[in-house]
Amino acid sequence: MSKTILKIKNLHASVDGKEILTGIDLVVKAGEVHALMGPNGSGKSTLAHVLAGRPGYVVSAGEVLYKGRDLLALAPEERACEGVFLAFQYPVEIPGVNNTYFLKAALNALRRHRGEEELDAVTFMKLVRNKLKVLHLDEALMKRAVNEGFSGGEKKRNEIFQMAILEPTLAILDETDSGLDIDALKDVAEGVNSLRSAERAMLVVTHYQRMLEYIVPDRVHVLSKGRIVKSGGRELALTLEEQGYGWLEVEPASA
Amino acid sequence: MSDAVTRFAERFEHDAGTLPGSGVPAQDAVRRSALDAFTTLGFPKPRDEDWKYTRVAAIEKQDFSAAPPGTISRAQVAPLLLPETLNAHQLVFVDGRFSADLSRRKAVPRGAVLSDLASVLKSEGDDAATLLAHGETHRHAFTALNTAFAAGGVLLRLDEGVDLGAPLHLLFLASGEADTVAHPRILIECAPGARAIVIEHYVALGECAYFNNVVTRATLGGGAALEHYKLQREAPTAFHVSTLNVQQDETSRFVSHSVSLGAALSRHDINIALNAPGASCILNGLYVAHGRQHVDYHTRVDHIAPACTSAEDYRGVLAGRARGVFNGRVYVHRDAQKSDASQSNRNLLLSRDAEIDTKPQLEIHADDVKCSHGATVGQLDEKMVFYLRSRGIDEAAARALLTYGFARDMADRMSITALREVVAQALLERLPQGEKLRSLLS
Repeated sequence: MSKTILKIKNLHASVDGKEILTGIDLVVKAGEVHALMGPNGSGKSTLAHVLAGRPGYVVSAGEVLYKGRDLLALAPEERACEGVFLAFQYPVEIPGVNNTYFLKAALNALRRHRGEEELDAVTFMKLVRNKLKVLHLDEALMKRAVNEGFSGGEKKRNEIFQMAILEPTLAILDETDSGLDIDALKDVAEGVNSLRSAERAMLVVTHYQRMLEYIVPDRVHVLSKGRIVKSGGRELALTLEEQGYGWLEVEPASA
Repeated sequence: MSDAVTRFAERFEHDAGTLPGSGVPAQDAVRRSALDAFTTLGFPKPRDEDWKYTRVAAIEKQDFSAAPPGTISRAQVAPLLLPETLNAHQLVFVDGRFSADLSRRKAVPRGAVLSDLASVLKSEGDDAATLLAHGETHRHAFTALNTAFAAGGVLLRLDEGVDLGAPLHLLFLASGEADTVAHPRILIECAPGARAIVIEHYVALGECAYFNNVVTRATLGGGAALEHYKLQREAPTAFHVSTLNVQQDETSRFVSHSVSLGAALSRHDINIALNAPGASCILNGLYVAHGRQHVDYHTRVDHIAPACTSAEDYRGVLAGRARGVFNGRVYVHRDAQKSDASQSNRNLLLSRDAEIDTKPQLEIHADDVKCSHGATVGQLDEKMVFYLRSRGIDEAAARALLTYGFARDMADRMSITALREVVAQALLERLPQGEKLRSLLS
């Protein structure tokens, strides 16, 4: 039986005093890809951010176990070092910070944490070149500031590229498909699929089932008003695509 | 007359005979009249609106004199020069005095004159008096002082359409001689269509209290282009006061990159006059201060003619008990329709005791103009901090990296890569967690 990577029990969380997550229960095992769907405002992205440790999100009840440990007790950087990765819906532009240095600093922080030797610039660049090819990213992007002036598609590819370099145990993709054209979507999906492995778990947050045609999930969960209201196999995503979220008797996508 | 003013006046009587061009009646007259202007004006007082936040009492207290000829070796200068690949004209000044030995001169193109000012003042007689004379002499005490005492500097004169080609690097070294003062005067004259890149670079080889009082004047004819760099890396105990005046003719283009890192007290006045239609200027500035450093930028852009553009972007990083001042004045005159002026001043305060006084000052007397300004004072963007932390970078390193990035972003706008690196290294020496950053950026 495969290992449990993530176990969420009765998770309640609020932002600015407003409760967004109202009791999430979820178990994700190694090797599995879970899709998290739901209308806007249902709490999908909030869950992604709570798992990554974004400040300002207050957990009022419940617990999150990551590889059996209390994830919520860890600082964001400790979570990353332990193998949690969030691909942002809106990757942040950081003028003046070079993409190469940034990613090398990140990788070496993880390596130090694991007791591995840090990579020198040459070895690092070799690694980078190989992974860039998979995502059809131009090497010139590495010389630019982090995400600065990147197109929407480039930003999303860059997220998956970072994921490919950092090789997380738990990858959380927050609406990575939003704003992507079909070619970019295929590249991103290819990048994600190449990272699927028996040791790795993925949580794919999406509003549409489009991406799930390329990243085929093992389980699909539907969120409404901060709770999982339905879980099923891949076919659940198709049903949602055909019938929308209304048939679940949840709030229509309005926000 | 205050004691300080008296001291300078006495010093003038003592030194006047040794100044370059001394004995040339027209030059003597300009200097004498400048000294008179200075004694009348006196040093700026806090009640002067332009000096409200910057007190110069520390300068007044010191008894400054010109430095004796220093002995600096070529080996000491070498690491401060630009890489040979740039083929730059490199003129070196020690304590304000031109050193032919330490300089690396290259042939200038036909139609270009590049001379050390002292030689010109000595050889050109009465005609050179106009090089000393300065319109601001009767308004600005430090400019008056500079006019009275200027003994070193540069004259760059480009005829119509002449491109200087390689950059001109003016390296002003402070040898570490205590209580010395220099009054560099830099004159840049670009005839229509001429082009040049000029770098003023101030570096200290020793630590002591000295005073650099710089006046730079540039005139740009129609369609001329000047890119001006200033790198202020004075000793932490030094005083640096400078005024840059630029007169622009139609469709000329002026770009300024001003970086202020050193000195106990530095004050930079940057005055741009957009005199004819279509002239444009870009003013970029970066100041980094810690300890008890004080840094002050006063910019003034005059939109005198229609359809001119100005874009100002100044950034500051202040730590410790440092204090920054930014005063950005944009004056759009009545006839300057279709003016486009933007101004931004963003500041990071890294400690509770650091302070910035920032004041945009827009005066608009035309009705069809586009003007914007914004000033921010604050801490780092928490979204950026979280992004870095979510990738495994610890919080302290994330903040150090973002602070560096905020400053480095200004250096990245410079067209000369070698200078970007100089600034980057200087930033690493000054910013908190510099050692950690160095390892992250290696």
